[in-house]
Amino acid sequence: MEKLLQALRSTQIWRSVFRHGYPDTPRNRTLAVLSNTFLHLHPVKVRRSGIRLSYTWCMGGLTFFLFLIETITGLLLMFYYRPTAEYAYQDIFGLREHVPLGIMRELHRWSAHMMVITVWLHMYRVFLTGSYKPPREFNWNVGVILLVLTLLLSFTGYLLPWDQLAVWAITVGSNMARATPFLGHEGPGASLLAFGGLNFVHAGDDARFGLLAGRFVGEGALLRFYVLHCVGLPLAAATLMAIHFWRVRKDGGISGPL
Amino acid sequence: MGETLKNAIDWLFEPTRYFLGSAALLGAILYFRKFFSKTIWMWLFFVLGTIFFVWAFEDPDFNKIITKPDNVPILILLAGVVYFSWLALRQAVINDERIKRGEPPVEGEEGKKKVFTWPDLVYTEFICIILFTALLVIWSIEIPAPIEEPAATARTPNPSKAPWYFLGLQELLVYFDPWIAGVLLPGFIIVGLCAIPYLDTNPKGNGYYTFEGRPFAVAFFWIGFILFWVSFVILGTFLRGPNWSFFGPFEYWDVHKLEPLVNVDLATYFWVDLLSQPRPDNPLIREAPGIALLAGYFFVLPPLLAKTILKQQMKDMGFLRYNVYMHLFLWFGLIPIKMLARWVFDLKYIVGIPEWFFNV
Ligand code: HEM
Repeated sequence: MEKLLQALRSTQIWRSVFRHGYPDTPRNRTLAVLSNTFLHLHPVKVRRSGIRLSYTWCMGGLTFFLFLIETITGLLLMFYYRPTAEYAYQDIFGLREHVPLGIMRELHRWSAHMMVITVWLHMYRVFLTGSYKPPREFNWNVGVILLVLTLLLSFTGYLLPWDQLAVWAITVGSNMARATPFLGHEGPGASLLAFGGLNFVHAGDDARFGLLAGRFVGEGALLRFYVLHCVGLPLAAATLMAIHFWRVRKDGGISGPL
Repeated sequence: MGETLKNAIDWLFEPTRYFLGSAALLGAILYFRKFFSKTIWMWLFFVLGTIFFVWAFEDPDFNKIITKPDNVPILILLAGVVYFSWLALRQAVINDERIKRGEPPVEGEEGKKKVFTWPDLVYTEFICIILFTALLVIWSIEIPAPIEEPAATARTPNPSKAPWYFLGLQELLVYFDPWIAGVLLPGFIIVGLCAIPYLDTNPKGNGYYTFEGRPFAVAFFWIGFILFWVSFVILGTFLRGPNWSFFGPFEYWDVHKLEPLVNVDLATYFWVDLLSQPRPDNPLIREAPGIALLAGYFFVLPPLLAKTILKQQMKDMGFLRYNVYMHLFLWFGLIPIKMLARWVFDLKYIVGIPEWFFNV
């Protein structure tokens, strides 16, 4: 057995993948982190306090992990889902009946809820440890945008099942846009943007119309939300996460007393 | 006995009592933090919470609202926020005592030691991932994702609720018009969060838990996050039913329960009740008292405070920081002010110009 492993480890294939021995010496442990694309998000050595669970609560890491779960399960769901008023509901309904091992929708939905919770708690812990203070001001701001993106991802996804819950929750949420000052047709100031008897801002061109691609939550909104949910927002979030993680390192790793 | 207790709980959770009670509890916990950071409190919370659940589960109305699949995360949120707030407070209390004795905070002592990412960090991450995956898989097998009737734009469900993470804002719709509750306040929350690192110039508490090093910042975030965000989400999820009326945890969601709306504008109080005149027709004259109040609040108060009790702050922060900070803070303050005015005076609008959709 020992021999076999030894032989395996000395093949060209093995050595082309792993450039170090088993990580039980300082040298190999360093190499394990440095030569791995994913692990090298981390520094080689970290402050003892920074990795204590009671310090970080692991919430940032869990948020990222949940984002990965969402990506994988979301991809699988896309195979079965057509974003049209005709098919959307049927496709979601059919998931449970027709797809083997059908817990993808459950995993996707519950993880999405959890992601909102973990990102809130992450922000809470970053605040309570004062980790937004210099030099981490910028990364806190990247975080705030990530928070908004997380909520938008969840919000756009909420519409896709195209059932009563979905459509009315999005209706309630997007009704707010109607009241945007100057940009919504029921917002303060909008009536000032008029020329003669002609209103520039009305139900057919205001902020809500732009969000929903229509005067109410209809097929246009479904397609718009689908594209944002599956492509636009995840790309934006992934990019910002890359910046966020890079900055955690560049700002001196997980915070600790100066 | 059971019924009396249920009625008492329903009574206790009425929004005014719920909000003021939570505020008092938060204040007490922060003030007596040493006492409340004892481990026994977490045991009590979780044990009593479980007992309460088992007992209340029998009740059909409670059961109905608690077992909605989409409400499970709210319970996790509740437990999580309580637990982690306690955990943070506990570490803050320990650190504050160390600092008083002239020692560095726990994080400072530990931070001097560096450990290898592999295995120390990778191992923690790995365990977290495994446990969380297990939790999610079990949850997904046990509780199917809900799907309701197909979308029908003609049939409005009652209540119509926004997704749960926005219910705090929907709750504010009770007190404010959509342009404030749904546009301005969320905008200020985002801008305000972004501004925090630039407004907070206190160098203490960077990288360790503490309360005494930055009491105002910590208390402010506790109040903002726990009282005005999380507790409103919980209120909106469990205690708001048809027509957004209040329902106690053990109350049947009766569509016909209507709370009478008797709210009165400030303009009416001023012209009709105080001066015994009809309300003037010109909206600007009619709303002059409210406009004067708001102008005073937003534009006279900050310089006034800067000259008096906040002199030191003004000097430390500088003109720009001070003013940005004050305005964000005053907007935040408008929320409890309006809530109290509603409860005490049945106040509808401070300034109400529906002609222009300008109601505050
Ligand atoms: C999708 C959302 C997010 C992900 C995946 C994420 C991930 C992470 C991770 C993995 C860390 C390393 C330390 C830790 O786990 O606590 C971190 C640190 C940090 N995060 Fe986030 N985060 C997110 C959102 C946010 C938000 C909303 C904020 C604040 C508004 C924020 C501010 C920060 C800051 C300032 C640090 C450095 C903390 C320190 O050095 O102690 N992040 N983030």
